[in-house]
This record gives sequence, C-alpha cells and structure tokens, in this order.
Amino acid sequence: MIRSEILREIAPILHDHLVVCNIGLPSQELHMIDDNAKNFYMLGTMGLSSSIGLGLALAQDKTVISIDGDGSVLTNLGTLPTIANNVADNFILLIVDNGSYGSTGDQPTYAGKKTKLENVAKACGCENVVVCQDVDTGKVLQEAIDSKQMTIIVTKCDSGNIKLPVITMDPVVIRDRFMKAVAS
Amino acid sequence: MSISSKIVDDFVANDVSFITTVPCKQLAGVIDEVEARPEIFHIPSNKEDEGMGLCAGAFMGGKRPAIIMQNTAIGVTINTLATLTQYYRMPLPMLISYRGELREPVACQVEMAVHTKALLNQMNIPTYHFHKEEDANELDAILKYTFMCNKPVAILTDASFWGGYGDQ
Repeated sequence: MIRSEILREIAPILHDHLVVCNIGLPSQELHMIDDNAKNFYMLGTMGLSSSIGLGLALAQDKTVISIDGDGSVLTNLGTLPTIANNVADNFILLIVDNGSYGSTGDQPTYAGKKTKLENVAKACGCENVVVCQDVDTGKVLQEAIDSKQMTIIVTKCDSGNIKLPVITMDPVVIRDRFMKAVAS
Repeated sequence: MSISSKIVDDFVANDVSFITTVPCKQLAGVIDEVEARPEIFHIPSNKEDEGMGLCAGAFMGGKRPAIIMQNTAIGVTINTLATLTQYYRMPLPMLISYRGELREPVACQVEMAVHTKALLNQMNIPTYHFHKEEDANELDAILKYTFMCNKPVAILTDASFWGGYGDQ
C-alpha cells in the first residue's frame, strides 16, 4: 500500500480525533479524503508535526494523532527524546515509513536504508513503539488509541504518490476552526 | 527580588503556562526559575524550531506559550517563524539572550549578534531590547501586546542587563 491508501483506510478512525498532519502530500491527501475541523494541516515547516502534536496533547486532554513521515522525523530527530521524556498518554505519533521523501519526488531516505526509526525511538526512551505493515495500520492505531498510552507507530509501506491539488484554505482559517474543534 | 524571579512572575501573571527552553549561560537563572514554578509546564527542547512547534501545539490546545532561547536561534528558526508562527498567526513571546553584545567574552557570538536585529527587522517581528535592569519593567506590557496581536515578539536581553559574565 502507498500512503494515500493507508490514509483512506484509517480515515474513519482518524475522524473522531484531533489530527496534526504533515506538510505536503499527506495533508493534501487527508484534506481530499476527509476534510474536517479536527484536522490541522501543515502548509509549511517540514519536521514539526510531532512537535505540534505533542504540545497540543500536553496542553489538553483529547487524543491527538500526529501523522508524520520518515523523512520528516529525520528532519527533526530531536523530537524523539522530547517525546520520550514528556509522556502524554493522549498522544500518538504515526510515522508512515515509506523510505522516501514522497512530496519531493520519492528520493530515498536513510530510514529506507540502514536507519530504523523504531530503534531510534526506543533508544531515545520511547516506551511504546509498535512496528506494523501497511495493511495493519488501522488495527494498530485503534489499539493505541484504546490503550490510552503514548504510542509511536512506525508503519512500513510502499513509496508512491497520487496526483492531487494543493490546499488553498487560508492558514488562519485552518487554525481557527481547529482551535474551535479542540475547545468544543 | 531577583531579575529572574521578576521575569517569571510576569509570565505567570500573564497566564503563560507552557514554556520551552534551549539553554544559554545568561539564561540559567531564569530557566531555573521556570522549572521551579508549579504554574508553568517547562519542556526543554533540543532545537529552537522544535520548541516553536511545541508552542504552536500548546497554543492551539488553549495554553499561552513562550520560548526562551539564545539569539543564535534566530538563524535556526526563520523558516518556522515565517511558515508556522506568523503564517497561522500565533502569539509567541521569545525571551532571547542577546549574546555578542558589550561585555561578551566569546568572539564568535558577535558574528550572530550583528545579524540579530536585522533578521528580526526583516521578519517584521516586534523587538524590544533590555539593556538595563529597569527595562524589564516593560515585560508585562510586552506580554500583553504579544497576546493581543497574535505575533511572535522578541525580547533581547544583553549581558549588561544580566550583569555581565562574572570572571570571564
């Protein structure tokens, strides 16, 4: 499966929760599949999906799912020790690991070579790290939500993209409706 | 009362309850004070752009955030300031140690000091410079201004403000 197929499959699970979605194609795909106020789309700032999600989870009680990519986590690798040492049991980091920088033309990442992000996360002190295959993402994600324990999921999938338009929604509109959904 | 206590009192009085820090020698006292206050969730970050991500999330979760960092971090965070904090119009008080100013013992610090105000100016970031201890009397108003206008705001604090570097 490629990332957009995973997102389509897990969209019904994501729908009930606050989602911080990674820059580029992941946000565009989620926007196309199930646009709603509980989605925060990153329009820029590669690498910070996990940081924004952790800050949000620490600030309030609702479940927060950060959708990230292997390339983005590598960009902001310092996030993993911060997550490990500031446990928020309402936080799930879902790393869609396709071993490539998808939004920029599928250049290979080091996560697709020798570096295993699940091992990095464990070495940083993250306690609940689950590795799964693309087809099992929904089941693993639901289990993580139900566990009410902070969980890092690394889902292994194929690289590949679908063609779709950029998000034209104003960032302040995205942020404002998201904050209202957080507060509701 | 120490200047660090006074600064953190102002943060608390303005309901700032989520503070991320990347250390600087000049900021050690204020970071200790942040850590000691039960009203504040203190979350050290490994890099300042990561810290700004944490602050963005905390703000959307209903908390008033702040970041404490060194001026070298301006070089690290330009993209994050432009595409996250400013683009989504979020407030962010930035208490910044202004290294490389008068009484600086480390020559390399001057290399970023000469760019600091120019970069902040280029980014249209409201900037205040604390040089004497009484300058901190404006912090309360600066914090109110920041959360009024939903912008990142820089508070540069130089060595003279902190009382120099001791025996260095």
